[in-house]
Amino acid sequence: MITTSSRFHADSLLSWLLRLTGAAAVLVLGGIVAVLLIQSAPFLVEHGSALWRNDWQPGQARYGMAAMIAGSVLVSVLALVIAGPLAVLLAAWLRYFAPLIRRPVLALVELMAGIPSVVYGLWGMLVLVPWINQWAPPGASWLAASLVLALMILPLALLVTDTALGQLPARYLQAGQALSLSRVGMLRRVLLPQAGPAIVSGLVLQFGRALGETMAVLMVAGNVVQWPTSLFDPVRTLTANIALEMAYATGDHRVALFVSGLLLLLVTAVLLMLSWRLRGERHEMA
Amino acid sequence: MLGKTLKGFLLVWLLSGCQPAEDKLVITGSSTISPLMAELAEQFEAQSGIQVDVQSGGSGRGISDARQGLADFGMVSRALKTDEQDLTAHLIGRDGIAMIVNAANPVTALSNAEIVAIYTGEQQNWSSLGGNDAAITVVHKADGRSTQELFLAHFGLNNDQVQPDMVIGENQQGIKAVANDVNAIGYVSIGTAIYEADAGAPLRLLPLSGVPATLESVDQGRYPLSRELNLVSQGELSETASQLLDFMTDPDRAATYHDYYFLPVSR
Repeated sequence: MITTSSRFHADSLLSWLLRLTGAAAVLVLGGIVAVLLIQSAPFLVEHGSALWRNDWQPGQARYGMAAMIAGSVLVSVLALVIAGPLAVLLAAWLRYFAPLIRRPVLALVELMAGIPSVVYGLWGMLVLVPWINQWAPPGASWLAASLVLALMILPLALLVTDTALGQLPARYLQAGQALSLSRVGMLRRVLLPQAGPAIVSGLVLQFGRALGETMAVLMVAGNVVQWPTSLFDPVRTLTANIALEMAYATGDHRVALFVSGLLLLLVTAVLLMLSWRLRGERHEMA
Repeated sequence: MLGKTLKGFLLVWLLSGCQPAEDKLVITGSSTISPLMAELAEQFEAQSGIQVDVQSGGSGRGISDARQGLADFGMVSRALKTDEQDLTAHLIGRDGIAMIVNAANPVTALSNAEIVAIYTGEQQNWSSLGGNDAAITVVHKADGRSTQELFLAHFGLNNDQVQPDMVIGENQQGIKAVANDVNAIGYVSIGTAIYEADAGAPLRLLPLSGVPATLESVDQGRYPLSRELNLVSQGELSETASQLLDFMTDPDRAATYHDYYFLPVSR
């Protein structure tokens, strides 16, 4: 009796502690949104309609952000297009075709996931950009930024895919073997479609991470405010813009940077909801 | 534990409030100088115990605060104009910009008109400037940086006329961009450029209007793309104020100036 009652006490203590930390997380997020909104409100009233133009010349009170929103989205989309299929194929290959090396490779990938993003940026700046520069100057470009981001999100995308495949019921595999399906056919028709929603929702989260990455992109993207006409054109993302100009911005310019933060938050929220929806559908199917 | 810390804070707060007024200096003005000033003020406080309050707000504020006696010194990142001669300027250092190209680029000099043509996109190939037949990579600085403002003002450009291929933030990023690209041209703080070139980075500093980009020419005031960093004051300096001035122009402070890419005045 004594043990149960003391356990109950510990449980209720833990539950209150969890509620407190949960509330703190919500409050902090709410605080960030509130500060961004309050800081941005007067600016949005005055310049809100001009935000959708392309010319960003804060010195002349022109705050068009369309080209930078496009820059953020384009860089992240290309990174996902490169890293996504690679992660899925690699994870499937490791799990079903090369189970012997799966553990060591995954350990290596986990290590890769822990490398700070600035290190990827430095590598991009000193190796990748000069290399691209040799055949398509100036080198710092949409492509360079997407390649660096792809390398950054690949490890976690791979781990998420591996987990999603691992959570599939073993009977799928057994049933497939009993029907003497080929491994490729089983993967294509049964396993990948079943794990699909979980994989896609993991990739959407990685997309959000790519969208928020700042320093690595800043170092390799060239940061020219424009719509790129080719993969080799420089682009500027919203995050790079904040990092480049925040320290020296005053007045409306500073507020404009807060607004770009708000825009990023909005895009990330939409992505998160998309990811929830995908996961929800999977639960209904299971 | 918590009570003790609180009491400690309270004591410090009370003591700092009790300091006599003449043991505190107020310095306001240029946002270019204020990071350096804040760092030097901290060192000065640690050494002398005299409290220094540094606030940025632009050279204009430095002038008006010094005039109205709101500040002991105003920070002004240019020479005094003719209608500001009622104030005394104390030169504490200089800030300059060097045009840099890769050391493998055969071009050794560019005229001002050529630099303007390159930055506005009229001139996109090195060949007609005496260089290789290759596209020019134009490296420009982000908005709000004082280096960018000085550069634009010197060449009479508006920022929207500039057609960059790469926009950078820190001086170091500009150095890397030009060192890694044979066909790049950029501009960075002259202190950084000289330091990096001496340390072996493959850079060439271009002379401007025939004046070589060296510390000597900046020091002599001959180098065109440079400006004075001044502390301005009105009337007689108080004893603590001249103490701070001596501290700032001491050759031992050179390393701190270098950290902020400024050149100390030579004495």
